[in-house]
Amino acid sequence: MSDALQELGAYIEAKQSDAVLSTSVANGELTVEVTPTALVSFVEFLKVDATCRFSTMVDLTAVDYPTREKRYDVVYHFLSMYQNHRIRVRAGVRDDEMVPSIVDVYPASNWFEREVFDMFGIMFKGHPDLRRILTDYGFRGHPLRKDFPTTGYTEVRYDEAQKRVVYEPVSLVQEYRQFDFMSPWEGAEYILPGDEKSEAKG
Amino acid sequence: MGVMTGANTAGGDKEVATQALNQELQDKGFLLTSTEDMINWARTGSLHWMTFGLACCAVEMMHTAMPRYDMERFGTAPRASPRQSDLMIVAGTLTNKMAPALRKVYDQMPEPRYVLSMGSCANGGGYYHYSYSVVRGCDRIVPVDVYVPGCPPSAEALLYGLLQLQRKIRRTGTIAR
Repeated sequence: MSDALQELGAYIEAKQSDAVLSTSVANGELTVEVTPTALVSFVEFLKVDATCRFSTMVDLTAVDYPTREKRYDVVYHFLSMYQNHRIRVRAGVRDDEMVPSIVDVYPASNWFEREVFDMFGIMFKGHPDLRRILTDYGFRGHPLRKDFPTTGYTEVRYDEAQKRVVYEPVSLVQEYRQFDFMSPWEGAEYILPGDEKSEAKG
Repeated sequence: MGVMTGANTAGGDKEVATQALNQELQDKGFLLTSTEDMINWARTGSLHWMTFGLACCAVEMMHTAMPRYDMERFGTAPRASPRQSDLMIVAGTLTNKMAPALRKVYDQMPEPRYVLSMGSCANGGGYYHYSYSVVRGCDRIVPVDVYVPGCPPSAEALLYGLLQLQRKIRRTGTIAR
């Protein structure tokens, strides 16, 4: 399985050398890093090439790495029903960069791209109808960005005087609880509660 | 035969009460009660509930309506329209986006109307209490009569909540709006 994926990765890299940055096989999965500018032609190649024939777009999502210069990874997953193999395509994008839309190649990606736009604020160039899909009407911010607070900025309540549901800034009646499950084996960067006693004992 | 030493827990003799009722019916051919009692009795026995299933709690709500627990034996019936229903069971997570719709549907229900909040999410946000998109309890949007805890509450728990609501109506029900 892994050999076949290595082979496929090498084939794709050879055929699309201008688009592919690197390929790797990890945990029995093939990952291809591409440049966002060449994305549409690359994806089209994946779909029509006889060796690849990735007929199904399984998933389209993104990952936020706030410390990186290319802040987001847009991740595509494809499945070939004909050749029985899968591929993951990753494209790193900057905060101000636009990603070309692949709706023309895979119509199924339409709502996925809307979701990624909604959750991360990544713009897709050439998308027919790029608006929010999941969050509230008039929602501000992009929830899956790492700098977005979990509780958001607004909360709703029915106003008896105005006879309608009103939006207000968030006010939590209970203090926000921090659940820190980092275990000492994974290298906690602080003294765990109770550990200071053993230090004092010697 | 054991001798009872504590407080009497036997309750009223139902046989005697039935006989008394029967006698009155035999004698006069009718029974007397107050209109208010009559109306409250009718209200408890016809709680047409609106299926406001928002999440997984809705499945448990369906279980309550299915033959094993058979909510309908208490005179309830699932209604698809708020105009025909007396009781709204908020079953599931109420999101910010859904809140105006929930309020609109509640406003469309005719008086007297009751709200039963089902599950942790509807009671106070539950698992999603700190979320950016979830209302921290549906009592922020509509007045709630009975809260049923659980995640999700079992069908029995919901049925018990319904019986508690019936009790509440019997005790506090009025004709005045």
